[in-house]
Amino acid sequence: MRASLFITCYNDTLYPETGRAVVALLERLGVELDFHPKQTCCGQMHANTGFRGEAFSQVKRFVQLYRDAEAVVIPSSSCVAMMRDQYPGLFEELGNEQLQRDFAALLPRISELSEFLIDRLGVEDVGSSFPHRVAYHASCHGVRALHLGDRPYRLLAKVRGLEIASIPNGERCCGFGGTFSVKNAEVSSAMLAAKLQDVISTGAEYCTALDNSCLMHLGGAMHRQYAGMKTIHLAEILASTEDSPAEATV
Amino acid sequence: MSPTLQDHAELDPTLAEPFPQAALHVLRNPQLRKNVTHAIDVIQAKRAKLVAEKKDWEALRSAASAIRAQALEDLGPYLEQFEDRCTAAGGHVHWASDAAEARQIILDLLRQQNATEAIKIKTMTSAEIQLNPFLESHGVRAFETDLAEIILQLGEGEPSHIVVPALHVNRSQVREIFARRMGLKNLSDDPQALTAAARAYLRQKFLTIPTAISGANFLIAETGSVAIVESEGNGRMCLTLPRTLITLVGIEKALPRFQDLEVMLQVLARSATGERMNPYTSLWTGVTPGDGPQNFHVVLLDNGRSSILARPKHRQTLKCIRCAACINACPVYRQTGGHAYGSVYPGPIGAILTPQLQHMHHAQSLPYASSLCGACYEVCPVKINIPEVLLELRSEVVNQERHQVLRFFDPMYLGLRIANLLFARAWRFHLAQRLGRIGARLFTRKDGWIHSLPSIGGKWTQTRDLRGLPPQTFHEWWAARAGSPAAPVQTPPVHTKEAN
Repeated sequence: MRASLFITCYNDTLYPETGRAVVALLERLGVELDFHPKQTCCGQMHANTGFRGEAFSQVKRFVQLYRDAEAVVIPSSSCVAMMRDQYPGLFEELGNEQLQRDFAALLPRISELSEFLIDRLGVEDVGSSFPHRVAYHASCHGVRALHLGDRPYRLLAKVRGLEIASIPNGERCCGFGGTFSVKNAEVSSAMLAAKLQDVISTGAEYCTALDNSCLMHLGGAMHRQYAGMKTIHLAEILASTEDSPAEATV
Repeated sequence: MSPTLQDHAELDPTLAEPFPQAALHVLRNPQLRKNVTHAIDVIQAKRAKLVAEKKDWEALRSAASAIRAQALEDLGPYLEQFEDRCTAAGGHVHWASDAAEARQIILDLLRQQNATEAIKIKTMTSAEIQLNPFLESHGVRAFETDLAEIILQLGEGEPSHIVVPALHVNRSQVREIFARRMGLKNLSDDPQALTAAARAYLRQKFLTIPTAISGANFLIAETGSVAIVESEGNGRMCLTLPRTLITLVGIEKALPRFQDLEVMLQVLARSATGERMNPYTSLWTGVTPGDGPQNFHVVLLDNGRSSILARPKHRQTLKCIRCAACINACPVYRQTGGHAYGSVYPGPIGAILTPQLQHMHHAQSLPYASSLCGACYEVCPVKINIPEVLLELRSEVVNQERHQVLRFFDPMYLGLRIANLLFARAWRFHLAQRLGRIGARLFTRKDGWIHSLPSIGGKWTQTRDLRGLPPQTFHEWWAARAGSPAAPVQTPPVHTKEAN
């Protein structure tokens, strides 16, 4: 199978190890990956902050670059949610029928990483090993926009040596919310404090998720507080094997 | 503006502080936050249990959503039908285009009765038009009869929730208010003792004041009936004992058919208070000779609702049945409580309703008082896509503000404009990444982390660290791995070992 990787702007800049892990994982599973060097951002930051005019150009750019892709895999549920929930309305507002048609045809071929593995490749056991106690943070977009359900847990359950810890109030927001984290920094921090308490109560060594944005938020506070827990993207856990173990960098 | 009205500035959207500043007042108040989370957890647990026992919950939500959408689709004809049927049954219907007109209609009706006092059932609509301070300044004292509203009225507090307005007040605070205002020095904080005190206070009001003011949960177009659900029985007293009843209701509360109540009452009780059915459901049609109020008036309030109705993407806001499920589910409200929203309508529904009722002239910080987590939409019994409306409103706020000179230098506006220029061309984005990497070195400590950033970045680093920028972006790694950084890589070698 061929697939095109949309890495997302912040993974490219801040978390390249997640991208490298996606490549290692998918190539190990026999996927022929390509990476379009002209990709930038899906437009979520602008659209969610109210800068719809600016978001238009990024949204158009994404569809123009990927319309011919056989499959697009994206290691970020919030970016996929942006495409599923907001792109159709944005194209309608733009009134560009060609792009609307192109996107409608492309949409079923866009997958978040756990969807790609389970729904498209039909695998749960990806041959990985990560002998640690891990708490899975179910991000808002993964739970309520993409309805990922138990997909991440099914993947984690097959990882050798991994022990899953359940986070109390696990589906409650961590308080990141993109620009919300700076526009309402204090409220965001209060939400983070509550979430961190729940995450740390699991006694896990690592907190994982399918969104590095939430992990940047949680990991930033863990580092500030010497919490003794690290964050790691799910792709890095799945890429980790006995021969080539993941080294959590966050 | 009269001094009494100014006293209520905290929840007046035209005067309230922006949400982030208002939230600061409560974030460091441990008592208030404890009261809020405790109350929310109790309601949430009850709701979750009762929703789970309803196997057709999603079908009920869809039905409730469809009923409300249909009511709004043909709202004009339904309201006229309600007016006809209600009038035929002996009621009087008044139309108020805004808050001032509604207040005046109600005052005039009270003066016709020579009323100097009125008893009230909890109604957020009357709080929306600031009815109590207006009446007070015109010589009419309105006595709240809902237990939570009594607590707030006697304690001179403001509602912080639309179903349980005093949820931010705990038992010992209630005891203090009652003891002070009712002159009961030895009152204990036992719930039964507090209720008994309120009952004695209320009984005297019910038996002596012949005029009542209420809101309404639903208007039934088909029959001209009005429906009110409540938990304490104070509503039933107000609806049956007085001679005169004035019902103030937003125009969006219409339902087409009597049968629609079957669906609406099921979703409302479960969503609002976590009950299978509300303890008191009152339904009446006009006037019944010799039974109940003989002088019945309905004041239909627009106050900005028509303009919401006229906009297709915003219209869903008016489907709201005021159950507060979104408020209880909201992780932002959980931290701040209701007063930070500067409106009688707090939480997610308030964040979309208040700015629209203000015609987007006030409360522009409210559409941003959300992390867009979607918990509100998930629980809404009439399926209002609150995040979608929040995004519409954010876009409107930016369009209003973007041409203001001050905004040009606002770090957020500047940052997002620059980011857009960078994202428009990959080479610009890549150049910015390289420059950013060099710039970030100034702030990165030896442990590889950034602990403090200037300007808007400081909003992040006030409570969180940020890992320093890695030496190689993903696309640089990919290009290096493919061995030709200049040319676009089409097909990388399959099954290569990770190069790092």
